[in-house]
Amino acid sequence: MSELKLMKGNEALAEAAIRAGADAYFGYPITPQSEVIEYLMTEQPEKRTGMVVLQAESEIAAINMVYGAASTGKKVLTSSSSPGISLKLEGISYLAGAELPAVIVNVVRGGPGLGTIQPSQADYFQSVKGGGHGDYKLYVLAPASVQEMSDFVEDAFDIAFKYRAPVLILSDGLIGQMMEKVQLKDQKPRLTDEQLIEKNGSWAVTGRKNRERNIITSLDLESEKMEKRVHRLMKKYEQMEKEDLRYEKILCDDAEYLIVAYGSSARISQKAVELARKKGIKAGLLRPITLFPYPKQQLLELADQVKGILSVELNAGQMIEDVQLSVQFKVPVEHFGRTGGIIHTPEEVLEALEQKIIK
Amino acid sequence: MDIADIIKPQNQVFCKTKLMTDTALSYCPGCGHGTAHNLTMEVVDEMGISEETIGVAPVGCSVLAYDFMNIDITQAAHGRAPAVATAIARTWPEKYVFTYQGDGDLAAIGTAETIHACNRGENIVIIFVNNGIYGMTGGQMAPTTLEGMVSSTSPYGREIKSMGSPLKMTELVANLPGVYYVTRQSVHTHKHARKAKKAIQKAFENTRLKKGLSFVEIVSNCNSGWKMTPNESNIWMEEHMFPYFPLGDIKVDGILK
Repeated sequence: MSELKLMKGNEALAEAAIRAGADAYFGYPITPQSEVIEYLMTEQPEKRTGMVVLQAESEIAAINMVYGAASTGKKVLTSSSSPGISLKLEGISYLAGAELPAVIVNVVRGGPGLGTIQPSQADYFQSVKGGGHGDYKLYVLAPASVQEMSDFVEDAFDIAFKYRAPVLILSDGLIGQMMEKVQLKDQKPRLTDEQLIEKNGSWAVTGRKNRERNIITSLDLESEKMEKRVHRLMKKYEQMEKEDLRYEKILCDDAEYLIVAYGSSARISQKAVELARKKGIKAGLLRPITLFPYPKQQLLELADQVKGILSVELNAGQMIEDVQLSVQFKVPVEHFGRTGGIIHTPEEVLEALEQKIIK
Repeated sequence: MDIADIIKPQNQVFCKTKLMTDTALSYCPGCGHGTAHNLTMEVVDEMGISEETIGVAPVGCSVLAYDFMNIDITQAAHGRAPAVATAIARTWPEKYVFTYQGDGDLAAIGTAETIHACNRGENIVIIFVNNGIYGMTGGQMAPTTLEGMVSSTSPYGREIKSMGSPLKMTELVANLPGVYYVTRQSVHTHKHARKAKKAIQKAFENTRLKKGLSFVEIVSNCNSGWKMTPNESNIWMEEHMFPYFPLGDIKVDGILK
């Protein structure tokens, strides 16, 4: 049955991809996520399940390999870290435009530029505000534990195929590198080619046997057709907001002060909330699990209840803009976060809450 | 034989390639792309593999190849077709996977993808149409533009000192062990087209036999980009392109000629 193991976040994600019945992984080494491809190369999933693993010549090649396999309806993923994701963005835009299912993992490190190899959450804008060119969004899952690094792989594939859209798992160097116990799911079988054609044959390019040809493209030279495509994408995003929003509320029922944080910052902020409660401060935590869709309505409701909100992020202030928009400036919203790969402590978060919000 | 006899199907000598759609080609009259498309589709049809073939279209004049070829096709980002084809061939090892790319796509922006797919010896066919210019964007200099050749971004002619030499990608990839078959053809006369078709056929046969990568360059004309009539462009191609890009087999059955 399901197996309990002590694993790094990156390894747990790689193992989960095999167990989710993924058909292929294409990647290029970059710190702090190289364990993903190292684990897969060592594990030889080709022998276990028939899953293809290939080290590409660049992140650009890797994402376009993902595009190729996704064009044929295969379950495919890639992983990288910030500078590598910047290189993949053209391909990600193509995936969105051509309406292809794929999973992309970003184990974020500090930037801009070559930045640092230490953990960061500075790719929030890039992840939820487009990143690549054109009118598109990514469904973004933000794991806060090694367990979620594992669990979110299958969830991401489910969403990717539900909407025929690329899905991003936005992790960071902390979650990717740390070891925790993780409950691994049972092995799911990979689809046979016949099953795949049965499931995805209406759109995937698998050879046009017993049907009209399928074409995968993101190009529409006629403006009316291109606008229709954009409208079709926007409908998907609306549906995601209605059906697939995920968030977690911790001690929010009676909260007077709210922290909003995702991923590793949420883990640290949860401890800060506990410290605050010990001091008699009624603090709560809203953790967005999906960064798009974003828990806008939940934040707006809390805006009537709390006196102030602190957006805690490992960056110079990015998600705070979505918090402000969500609460429609009804309550004061401040940002706290370290950058450059420095990880804030629960004490620092509590201190920021007291100084910036409670005053 | 009167007209009624002549138009009987059994008396038909030439017909539209079965695997070409009824969509009118978007290529300029006189351009070699149409013939290159036809030959590719004739081979796929005659080998009986149309239901097992997956094409990868590039960015450039032939971006719309999927409108004309009646097979499953995915359209890749600029230069990335060999990476896209790699993944398809790896996850569907029994299929016939080919890319159809121009010189800007394959030999400039896609240099890395081309070299590495070739070096891995992916079991795919690459059809490389080299007309020495960026046709779709209106006649800019390509990596294969000849020395002294005028384009909109080399308006005084390509100068080797500042712009580099025309890139012989085909000779370059022929030196990689993973590449099984490399040939350079043209399609501007019936004779040349017949030879090119044989080369394309050999390339797809190699895929069937899982021999690895086959690379078929087709030196072609761009009468619009070169600012010539179709006939002038073909004569110019023979006189100027062929001496620099000589036709013929470069590597056959894994052995350099």
